[in-house]
Amino acid sequence: MEIKLKINGINKEVTIKEGEYLQSALKKLGFLNVRKGCETGSCGLCTVLLDGKPTLSCSTLAVRGIGKDITTLEGESVEVAKFAEVLTGEGADQCGYCSPGFTLTVIAMKRELESPTIDEIKHYLTGNLCRCTGYMGQLRAVKKYMEVK
Amino acid sequence: MNYVGEGIKKIDGMGLIKGASSYTEDIALGHNYLTVKLLRSPHAFARIKNIDTTIASKIEGIECILTYKDVTDKRFTLAGQSFPEPSPHDRRILGEFVRYVGDEVAIVAGKDEESVLKAMKLIKVDYEILEPILDFEKAIDHKTIIHTEKPYTSFNYGNEHMRNIAAQDLLVEGDVEEELANSDVVIEHSYHTQSQIHGMMENYIAVTYMDFQDRMNIISSTQIPFHVRRHVSKILDIPRSKIKVIKPRVGGGFGGKQTAPMEIYPALITKVTGKPAKLAYNRKETHTCTTTRHEMKLTVRLGATKDGIINAVDIHGLSNTGAYGEHAWTVFSVVGQKTLPMYRAKARRFYGEVVYTNMTTAGAFRGYGATQGTFALESAVNELAKKLDMDPSLIREKNLVKQGEINPTLNSFVGEKSIELASSTLDECITRGKEMIGWDKKYPMQKISPTKARGIGMAVTMQGSGIHGIDTASATLKLNDDGFYTLLVGVSDMGQGCDTVVAQMAAEILGVPVSKIIVNSTDTDVNPYDPGAYASSGTYVTGNAVIKAANLMVEKIVEGASKILNVPEEDIEFNGESLLLKDGKEISLDEIAYKLVSYKGQNQIMTTGTWGGYTSPPPFIAGFAEVEVDLETGKVEMVDYVAVVDCGTVINPNLARIQVEGGVAQGIGLALFEDIKYDAKGKMISDTFMQYKIPSRCDVGDIRVEFKPSFEPTGPFGAKSIGEVVINTSAPAIADAVANATGVRIRTLPITPEKVLMGIVNAEF
Ligand code: FES
Ligand code: FES
Repeated sequence: MEIKLKINGINKEVTIKEGEYLQSALKKLGFLNVRKGCETGSCGLCTVLLDGKPTLSCSTLAVRGIGKDITTLEGESVEVAKFAEVLTGEGADQCGYCSPGFTLTVIAMKRELESPTIDEIKHYLTGNLCRCTGYMGQLRAVKKYMEVK
Repeated sequence: MNYVGEGIKKIDGMGLIKGASSYTEDIALGHNYLTVKLLRSPHAFARIKNIDTTIASKIEGIECILTYKDVTDKRFTLAGQSFPEPSPHDRRILGEFVRYVGDEVAIVAGKDEESVLKAMKLIKVDYEILEPILDFEKAIDHKTIIHTEKPYTSFNYGNEHMRNIAAQDLLVEGDVEEELANSDVVIEHSYHTQSQIHGMMENYIAVTYMDFQDRMNIISSTQIPFHVRRHVSKILDIPRSKIKVIKPRVGGGFGGKQTAPMEIYPALITKVTGKPAKLAYNRKETHTCTTTRHEMKLTVRLGATKDGIINAVDIHGLSNTGAYGEHAWTVFSVVGQKTLPMYRAKARRFYGEVVYTNMTTAGAFRGYGATQGTFALESAVNELAKKLDMDPSLIREKNLVKQGEINPTLNSFVGEKSIELASSTLDECITRGKEMIGWDKKYPMQKISPTKARGIGMAVTMQGSGIHGIDTASATLKLNDDGFYTLLVGVSDMGQGCDTVVAQMAAEILGVPVSKIIVNSTDTDVNPYDPGAYASSGTYVTGNAVIKAANLMVEKIVEGASKILNVPEEDIEFNGESLLLKDGKEISLDEIAYKLVSYKGQNQIMTTGTWGGYTSPPPFIAGFAEVEVDLETGKVEMVDYVAVVDCGTVINPNLARIQVEGGVAQGIGLALFEDIKYDAKGKMISDTFMQYKIPSRCDVGDIRVEFKPSFEPTGPFGAKSIGEVVINTSAPAIADAVANATGVRIRTLPITPEKVLMGIVNAEF
């Protein structure tokens, strides 16, 4: 079936199978950095923004994206670059495989939460797993990026 | 120092975070890859009586189905180790016997996933189901024999396949029994460490194709490209000169990708069909059908005087290698190698067996046996302290091996001569760690409320830096025509940052910013040999090779400039950016570089350094844990973890710190929740991140890191390794903290709420 998706402000058409997930549809369209780590909605690697809200594309049907604003890393290049500067500055990037999903979640959080506490930050990001960094450096970077003390 | 010791950004960091196409899956575009999938055994142990692929082969789009009847019966190991591999050659591409749930039965390749899945359902396999061994403590001399055929072993490491023993080890110094008999106190306890899943975020993936020169190209997410080339060459009978292995960015490895569990399958399909092939494991296969940490039971006996002087350390080990013996002996021997040298004792011994079972194969995992050994030894030392009513930090002060001491088990191969511990600030690490965690105020515990108690605990450990006498790496530097350098190394950056660290070392010597050094570590055709990223060898072994290459480069540049400018070498000073002549003239490196490669110079400068060490200097860490235990539920919550590390000179403090934080967190997972579960028939059920819990950011509490640098004379700029040592102290420190908070000593990982609560309940009973 052919569906229309609006991705990063641009309308695209993609042929999907019944029951196909958004992650796979986005991959087909060449959005390679929408990664997949678990296939069970537990890791957050596949996060994209649906109308600005972090959404697990591995467990969201592609048809759910119809009529929504879908944002991938490419659609947030300015904020992504800003955050990447801080994250690399902390040395808090390792293999980088979790980065796209994590970064998008952080960007959404910055817009959503006003002067959050550390616990609120951790809570917001808890679905984004990272096996490399141990999370401390990411937290330092997020605090800088959010300008939280 | 300008670049060494600086927290320079990872050279690949910006690109990776911005989502640049850089991993195997991203760059493997453009070929019309056949989809490859593996039909796997549903039984823990069985013989294939008959396998029929006729109907399956007729499915539209199916290109190739291979069963054990179609492939060589050559045997091999998939461990990524220097040749000859010290792992038993007990595998086949496909065999008549399947030895765990998930073992490969057939390789199916077709034009798309749909056709392949359909075909897999139509392959008819007739199994004779055999009785499996699912309890490693019952494996030795079980009536089931998992490998009836004698595996090839490169030397004698005790493989007794008819008794289900994959390997054995013995490391002994002095008379243990006598020293135990002469001790005032002797403690003896058994500790169980579970198997663990690497859980790297990028699943295993490899693609293969024949290139325009009819060479087999393999793009794989691996830590060991050169070993993969050798494996594929030997197993599939392709000359090594006809194979090129490309290692793109790797999405985490932790030792998992030091075994090559899947490259041979797509390579075989490409060999048979001539077509490009792609095999990507899903999360279930990554958990189930690759490798795990070795599960072990370690029985420790310690003998000491009543003032806490340790006379004897004796450890008996039993290790579970699962269905195949990848890294069986080496991981096991590291248990002894990294525990026995820790404490001064008149006698010490490590011995035991590694057994086969019908479970997922075990293999390399960050810490590589030292993790298991440290949990046992450090728990035992903490228990000894309790028994002597002594502060556990004091017992360590009295017994720990110190810089400058000769230690007979340090180099750890029996019969080798004792070596001196050339660098250690472990004593300072302990002092600083105690300060940071507030040891003197908080030890052993504080009652927070009627239902909550906080305890603190500690542990120390060591690892090595490369494998002495074996690991040898090369690095090549090229001065390009525009005055920048290419650094070619074979070490595999899988996130840890070794590409950046080696660039910093080269930059230091060459006197240029890191940005002027392009690191290439991609491809076996181009890069000089390196065993790969394992055994904590990147900074230490490859780093030393880089230093050699860089020093040679400086020499050659001056030599080259002297010829071109017709000025004696003594009259030229090279400062990295330019060459200063005695007469006051200054010529930029760019200009000289251009002249060197041009008609005038005819001298493209490339230098290579090769280095291997005769010792494996240990980095050290002192770890301190503070936990809060809910006495009503047994739940253990991490409050604080302090790690103070001696890794020699810290080449890049930012990257080193993240290594420590990441390792400690992985250790917290091992300590508190990670656990692989099997059902009664031997099927792994914790095969997703739903059932297998790795720490999230709410589970790790605070992790605080400091360094107490030492100077390792054999290390590059005085550096030692850091990647592995950092995982080892979490579990024993946490176990001790829990014991101090509750009085319940958990000797079986992970420390689950059930175990803690049952301990509390039973103690009250
Ligand atoms: S792949 Fe979507 S949450 Fe893990
Ligand atoms: S950096 Fe590797 S998983 Fe997060």
